[in-house]
Amino acid sequence: MQSNTRTHGPTWLPTWLNGRTAVIGVPYLWLIVFFLTPFLIVLKYSFSEMGAVMVQDVSTVADGVVKLSIKYSNYLFVLQDDLYFRAYTSSLKYAAVTTFMCLAIGYPFAYFMARSKQSIQPALLMLVMLPFWTSFLLRVYAWKGLLEEGGWVFRALTYLNIDHVLYAIGWISATGKLMNTPFSLVIGMTYTYLPFMILPLYANLAKMDLRLLEAAADLGATPWETFWKVTVPLSKAGIIAGSMLVFIPCVGEFVTPELLGGPQTLMIGRVLWDELFSNNDWPMASTVAVILVLLIVVPLAIFSKYQAESQERRP
Amino acid sequence: MQADSSGAFLRIDDVVKDFGGGAVAVNHVSVDIAKGEIFALLGSSGCGKTTLLRMLAGFETPTSGRIILNGQDLAGLPPYARPLNMMFQSYALFPHLTVWDNVAFGLRRDGLPSGEVAQRVDAMLKLVQLTKFGKRKPHQLSGGQQQRVALARSLAKKPQLLLLDEPLGALDKKLREETQIELVNIIEEVGVTCVMVTHDQEEAMTMATRIAIMSEGKILQVGAPQVIYESPATRFVADFIGNVNLMDGKVSVDEPDHVVIDCADCSHYVGHGITGTLGMPVAVAIRPEKIELSRDKPVDAHNCVQGTVKELSYFGSYTVYRLVLASGAKLSVTKNNADRHRDCDFTWDEKAWAHWSPSAQVVLTQ
Repeated sequence: MQSNTRTHGPTWLPTWLNGRTAVIGVPYLWLIVFFLTPFLIVLKYSFSEMGAVMVQDVSTVADGVVKLSIKYSNYLFVLQDDLYFRAYTSSLKYAAVTTFMCLAIGYPFAYFMARSKQSIQPALLMLVMLPFWTSFLLRVYAWKGLLEEGGWVFRALTYLNIDHVLYAIGWISATGKLMNTPFSLVIGMTYTYLPFMILPLYANLAKMDLRLLEAAADLGATPWETFWKVTVPLSKAGIIAGSMLVFIPCVGEFVTPELLGGPQTLMIGRVLWDELFSNNDWPMASTVAVILVLLIVVPLAIFSKYQAESQERRP
Repeated sequence: MQADSSGAFLRIDDVVKDFGGGAVAVNHVSVDIAKGEIFALLGSSGCGKTTLLRMLAGFETPTSGRIILNGQDLAGLPPYARPLNMMFQSYALFPHLTVWDNVAFGLRRDGLPSGEVAQRVDAMLKLVQLTKFGKRKPHQLSGGQQQRVALARSLAKKPQLLLLDEPLGALDKKLREETQIELVNIIEEVGVTCVMVTHDQEEAMTMATRIAIMSEGKILQVGAPQVIYESPATRFVADFIGNVNLMDGKVSVDEPDHVVIDCADCSHYVGHGITGTLGMPVAVAIRPEKIELSRDKPVDAHNCVQGTVKELSYFGSYTVYRLVLASGAKLSVTKNNADRHRDCDFTWDEKAWAHWSPSAQVVLTQ
C-alpha cells in the first residue's frame, strides 16, 4: 500500500524524499563519493598521458577544437609484458592459498565455537576479535620477530624439521630461512584475515538445526559422513562469504608482502606501488588498479548472484 | 529371527535416565512391546516420554537398565548402527536435498547399489503418494506432504522398529485427523513395529494398539485405548484421559457382588466387588457421557444426585451441562444431540436429577 500523500514530516519536502529513501540514500551516497568517483578518476588516469609532473587531461581545448586523446597502450602493455601477468597470477595464487589456509583453520574453529556451551560463546567470539585491538601493522611486524632466526616459531619449526617439508614443497628457498619467503607471506596473510573467515562461518554454523545431524545419524550416517553430507553443504553460504572476505583483500594486499614477503613473492600490490612511487607513472599504476578491480568484481558478482539465489530459495 | 524368552519384540527393562540436578527424567521404566504393535507413550510435556524415545534411538544413554530389540541389546550401539529409524518432530528434512535425495539418504549410507536405491526410493514415494514431488525441495511442500516425506524417509531402510516423535504435532486439526488414519494404514501395510510419543490423547487413542500413560518419569498404566479409558487404574490416569467426574468417599457396604460408597452428595452403588475394606477412603470416577439427566427424581435411592445447571456448553454433536451439587462440587454431564429439535433441554439455573447405572463408575483406591 504505497500512498503519494505525505503522512509524516514537513509538507514542503518532495514526496519521494521520505525516511525510506533517506536511509537507502546514505550508503548509496557514500559509495558514489568514496568508491565510484575515485574509480572513475582512476579510470580516466589509466587512459591518460603522463606529463612531466602531472597527468595530462584526456581532453584539451585549443583554438576552439576539443581534442580527446585516449591512450590505451597502457592496457596493451599490461597484457603484453610478462611481469604484470606473473604478478596478477601469483597474487591470485597467494590469495587462493591464504583463503584455503583460513578455511582449513577457521572451519574447525568456527565449528568448535558454534557447538560449545551457549554461555562461553561470547567469550570465544571476543577472543577471535581480540587481535583487532592492536594495530594491524604491529601484528604483522610481530611475525617478523617470530619467524626470524632466534624467534621461537623459527626455532620450533626448525627443531621439528618442518622447514625441510616447506623446502620440499617450495614455500621457502633454503632450509633454515623462513623470513621473506612465500611461507612467511602466507602465514602473515592467514593470520591477518582469519577472523574474517571465522565470523561468517560461526554465524552460519551457530544457527544450524542440530536435529538435522541427529536425523542423519538415525539414517545410518557416521559422524564423518554427517559432516560432509549435511554440515558442510548446509554451511555453503558461510564458506562462500568467508572465502570472499579473505580472498578479495588478499589479492590486492600490499603491507604484508612488503613486510613479510621476499623478492620471490611478486604481488600486484607491490607492482602498483612501484609504478606510482618509483616510476612516477600514474597512468600505468591506474591501469594496473583498474584491471585489479575487474579481477575482484567478477568473483564478487558471482557471489552476490549466489546470495540472491539462496535468498530466493528460502521459504 | 530370534525372540526373547518372554516373546517381547522390544523389551525396555528397568531403564533409568538421570540428567542430574534432582529430577529423574525416566524412572525405572519397564515395558514389553510385541511385534507389529503401535505403542504410544502418552503424557504431558516433561513427563520423560521424549527422553525414553531418544534412548531407544540412541541419542541419550540410559543411566541404568537395558533396551533389547529383537534379542539384541542396544547398549553401546551408536544411533547410526541401530536397526531402527525415527520420524522427527517437525520432520528434520534435509533442506539442501530434494525429496528424492532425502528418502535416498539412509539407503546410500548403507552403500546399496544405485539401481536398488532408485527402486526402493520410488517404491517409498509411491507408498506415500509423492511420486510427482521427487524433484522438489522440502520447503516447496505443504506441511502434510513434508510429513509424508519424513515417513517415507524413515521407512526406506525397512527398520525393525519405527519411532515417531509427535508425528502429527505440526499439522492443523482437520489434516491431523485425516493423516492419523492414513499413517496407521501405511504402518500396517509395511508391518513395522512402532513406538510413538505424543501429548495428544486423541492421536494416541486412534492410532495406537496400546498406550502407556507417563507422568514424572514413570509409566502409570499400560493398556489398550478402551482399557485406559474405561478402567483407569489410578486417579491420575482417570483425570488425564478424557473428562471425568471424581468424587471422594468411603466404603460403607462391602459385599462380594456389590459395594456402596458414601460421598458428600450421594451414595454410589457399584455392581461389583472391590479389593478394599469397610471404611476405606476411595475415589469414584464417572465419565460425563455415562450420566443421564431427568427432571423427576429417579426411584432408586443410589446413583442419583440433584443439582442446578450452572454452565452449559453446546458443541454441536453434544452438549456439556455442568451441575452444581449441594456440597458445591461440580458434575459434568454430556448429552448427545441425536434429535434436531428438542423440548426437554435443560437451561441455566434449572434443577435437574443426574443418575447412572451401577456399572458406570470406576472405584479408584489410589
